[in-house]
Amino acid sequence: MYNYLDFEKPVADLEAKILELKKLGEQGEAVDVHEEISRLEKRSVDALRDVYKALTPWQKVQVARHPDRPHCIDYLSALFTDFTPLAGDRAYGEDHAMVGGLARFRGEPVAILGQEKGSDTASRLKHNFGSVRPEGYRKAVRIMELADRYQLPVISLVDTAGAYPGIGAEERGQAEAIARSTSACLGLRVPMISVIIGEGGSGGAIAIAAANRVLILEHAIYSVISPEGAASILWKDTTRSRDAATSMKITAQDLLELGIVDAIIPEPLGGAHRGAEAVIEATGDAIARSLEELQTSGKDLREERRDKFLRIGRSV
Amino acid sequence: MNWITNYVRPKINSMLGRRDIPDNLWIKDPESGEMVFHKDLEENQYVVPSSGHHMKISAKERLRFFFDGGQYETLENPKAVTDPLRFRDEKRYLDRLRDARAKTGMDDAVLNGVGQVEGVPLVATVQDFSFIGGSLGIAAGEAIIKGLETALERRLPLVLFAASGGARMQEGIFSLMQLPRTTVAVDRLKEAGLPYIVVLTNPTTGGVTASYAMLGDVHIAEPGALIGFAGPRVIEQTIREKLPEGFQRSEYLMAHGMVDMVVSRLELRDKISRLLRLMLKMPAPGEAALAA
Repeated sequence: MYNYLDFEKPVADLEAKILELKKLGEQGEAVDVHEEISRLEKRSVDALRDVYKALTPWQKVQVARHPDRPHCIDYLSALFTDFTPLAGDRAYGEDHAMVGGLARFRGEPVAILGQEKGSDTASRLKHNFGSVRPEGYRKAVRIMELADRYQLPVISLVDTAGAYPGIGAEERGQAEAIARSTSACLGLRVPMISVIIGEGGSGGAIAIAAANRVLILEHAIYSVISPEGAASILWKDTTRSRDAATSMKITAQDLLELGIVDAIIPEPLGGAHRGAEAVIEATGDAIARSLEELQTSGKDLREERRDKFLRIGRSV
Repeated sequence: MNWITNYVRPKINSMLGRRDIPDNLWIKDPESGEMVFHKDLEENQYVVPSSGHHMKISAKERLRFFFDGGQYETLENPKAVTDPLRFRDEKRYLDRLRDARAKTGMDDAVLNGVGQVEGVPLVATVQDFSFIGGSLGIAAGEAIIKGLETALERRLPLVLFAASGGARMQEGIFSLMQLPRTTVAVDRLKEAGLPYIVVLTNPTTGGVTASYAMLGDVHIAEPGALIGFAGPRVIEQTIREKLPEGFQRSEYLMAHGMVDMVVSRLELRDKISRLLRLMLKMPAPGEAALAA
């Protein structure tokens, strides 16, 4: 029923057995399968707990990229009402990797931005696997400027392996588009909250994550380069991704300790893909809490955000 | 005199006889393969006279060539956290830092100088590619911020010479955080109405382009510099296509609207000072001389 990861094999075996027994029970075989099923279910939950309480950074990378993991669009449809997507950068085109527009969050009008990876072949191609081109970042700037003008808080959902590296993207100024988008986040006078829901891939992520509050899901990652990229550049050996994932300190837990993120949103046992509804709900609550804090702080939110980033790394 | 006494020694022998000369006196132009005498190169700011190829130069040389009379005040770099992740790949990061410091005589990849260019006072912030590829970590980020904040305090324009392979991988997420951090300092300078000029030199890639290097009021590129977000190798691997001729070079960027002008190193002082005089409503260079 799930796409299992390598290290989930003990769980996969147990769940396969359970499924088999259930089928047997449905076929009305003259054996009592209920007791065996509940015994196996308990064992499989225990196995899942054992695996997930000791996830290595490299395993977390795989959970963060899990194909069944809820993506931006899942959060949008569950957490927001009245979502009105806005399209285009008014200069070149529309980029489906960057989703954005206006919506209501628990009744209050807000602006939203997020990278969508897609969930099947057709939608993955449409959304370019969540890798944004310059048009997407320029659209994000447009939406942020709109939010600032109409005093709407900005909420962004970050999930990208990185900005798209292609000829067209370079020709149209990928770097400049990212820099402007980061600058737009930092210049907002309204509250901005970012949630890293899967992968926070380098410049492609920070472009919409220079927020007053940066939240991250329990098994999400955030890094200056993918572990594969780091292995190839620093170790000159692509098989060293595990070591890179560990050394680079890219897990939510490491990032909280280093002062890069402000809070971790817990995921259900077995990762977000085993309880999408619960994790989306928890994300909504976390956003609501941060939003209220910021709206009642009485601070100049632009200065608060700028000073917060200037403080990062000054004492580690 | 017969043909035997008139014999001319083959040139090859005279070359073999001069083996004791240190090999760095002659520098090879990577473009034409031509050998150029080091004194001639230095006098020409490391621009190869025949081919016009711009060689990489150190931050100290850059400041010396840029400021009037080679005179400037060096800003001391702020103290910064070193090795925040206690990182090691094949080598300890601390050892890499120590080696880079010994090799370059710099404490990290960025140097700030304050001085005058054709009479225009300004702050110059320079990245040194020879220090771990000019990569951007906490110390380099702090130095860039210091340059920008000094310009803001002293109400001076800032000229930034970018030269960097991108992020300092060994500092992981802290390296990425230098993008928003330096952006804050750039934005504050611009909001104060002070000019911010970026000179893109060979090479400027990765996270550096995705922040302060692409946020200038004016972008100037040295000829033939590699400038881009993703490196050519990464792009080739992603799209599995051959890249077009001159891709990600200064002239290509100018054609695509990303830089305002491609300017020879030898012309930079003149171009930048004229530009700043316009932006700051200072008299043109000739008028200044007449008034004096």
